[in-house]
Amino acid sequence: MIGQLFSNEAVSEALQIIQNEFLLAIWETVYVTLLSTLFSVIIGLPLGVLLVVGEKDGVLPLPRPVLTVLGVVINLLRSIPFLILMILVIPLTRVIVGTSVGTTASIVPLVIAAAPFVARLVESSLRELNPNIIEAAQSMGASPMQIIAKVMIPESVPSLMSNLTIAVTTILGYSAMSGIIGGGGLGKIAINYGYYRYKYLVMLVAVFFLIVLVQIFQSIGTRISVKSDKRLRN
Amino acid sequence: MIEIQNLSKTFKTADGTVDALKNITLTVNDGDIYGIIGMSGAGKSTLVRCINMLERPTEGKVIIDGVDVGALSAAKLREVRRNVTMIFQSFNLLMQRTCLDNICFPLELAGVSRAKAKKRALELLETVGLPDKAKAYPSRLSGGQQQRVAIARALATDPKILLCDEATSALDPKTTESILDLIKDINKRLGITVIIITHQMSVVEKVCNKVAILDNGSIAEEGTVNDVFTMPKSAAAKRLVFTSNPDDNLPEHLSKNSIRVIYNGALVAGTPIIAKMAMDKKIAANILYAQTKCIGDKVYGNMILGIDGGDDCLSSAVEYLENIPDIIVRRDI
Repeated sequence: MIGQLFSNEAVSEALQIIQNEFLLAIWETVYVTLLSTLFSVIIGLPLGVLLVVGEKDGVLPLPRPVLTVLGVVINLLRSIPFLILMILVIPLTRVIVGTSVGTTASIVPLVIAAAPFVARLVESSLRELNPNIIEAAQSMGASPMQIIAKVMIPESVPSLMSNLTIAVTTILGYSAMSGIIGGGGLGKIAINYGYYRYKYLVMLVAVFFLIVLVQIFQSIGTRISVKSDKRLRN
Repeated sequence: MIEIQNLSKTFKTADGTVDALKNITLTVNDGDIYGIIGMSGAGKSTLVRCINMLERPTEGKVIIDGVDVGALSAAKLREVRRNVTMIFQSFNLLMQRTCLDNICFPLELAGVSRAKAKKRALELLETVGLPDKAKAYPSRLSGGQQQRVAIARALATDPKILLCDEATSALDPKTTESILDLIKDINKRLGITVIIITHQMSVVEKVCNKVAILDNGSIAEEGTVNDVFTMPKSAAAKRLVFTSNPDDNLPEHLSKNSIRVIYNGALVAGTPIIAKMAMDKKIAANILYAQTKCIGDKVYGNMILGIDGGDDCLSSAVEYLENIPDIIVRRDI
């Protein structure tokens, strides 16, 4: 088996593919991951904030039904397996991007899957905040919007950063799955060569690069989180 | 002037309702340092939060300089809160901002320009004695220093009233002392009215001119610190003032023959009263309990004397002691 995997023929073929396709594939994966993260944060951050401030004792209480619907929608989207979600949103992808295949098109299902996830991560970050600090801001005459923008989010930055890192690595994993429905990147290579054409060595190399990317994103994220935390500064 | 009128607060909990505050009425005059003291769970923190409406009273009013604070719109209330600022037991500084930016924070909320806010913050750091900590983050500061920054922050918007919620409870005695000195100084120099919530007698003794004793959601007693501390009337006040109160332990037959002698600033050198009483009146007294302290050349505190020899003896002892200046005698211990 191992002999087969590393036979001269397989190795030279793999090298060929790596040279020709991997650079683009890595770029596509990074591009899809970062753009999807960006859009997921744009949608997920405000939703996560609403989940916290909208509560009965929150800074900006929302009507109960609004909050309930929000919670249900988030849970619903999070409970659909990504593979199925990708297929379900194909019509929407066509409307937004114009096509349902290709690298850019895969951003749509990724954002729909990741935004609710980001919302929950933001929620958990904001809940870690000491409520006394919010009370202090209220005692100084801060409006709800000021509390959100000047207290809750800035004070949670280290935690948000470390949760955002989790989001990035998760999205990276999802992006690989989008190879199945025509998304680009390392996932596409792994599936096309490994699954459809039995070129396992190529698949392994693609997985290896995915692992390296996760490692890179994770260490950058951890670094930013620690660096941004003024509580730890000496 | 702060007028609290018939204020009540009821919390709804899973096990029914809790009356945290019951029909509280009190007035704090401009320039007062008003202590509100009570055991934990007495409702002190709820009461102070009702003053700036962080906690909405269930009934009653809070009137600050003629304005019914509870009836204000959210925006107007935020303006009042710039005028009635607060410091806390846990300091509650923004941990991701420097000290300077923490002090700028309330000014930023009020829309003051960055340059102006910074100038004011630097002045205030000077006032609270931390001119070199502008760029430091709160996590690098000691508790006392954090509270100083919190005080500077509370002063940034030039308030007329400062609310202190157990502001020294997390600090050691020496730091407590220095923070209280700072509060006293602020009260004197800037004419800011201060309300101090505490469970520590020593805090009230040191800085307050008036005190209210809160017990189980009601005001048990109220008045000048001098009056309340020397002549506590209510059980709650006695419990606080005569700490380690021997009443409960005093056997019935002893308490009949005992009197409490209160030193209300009697001269230290002028009053070896027990010995003098023994010589002048031939009345022997046993000291069952005593807690006195000298402030300057005066004595404050109290003492319980057991006097043998029946009611006549007791009466003449009371009469004798009452004639000494600044000594108060109570037979109902």
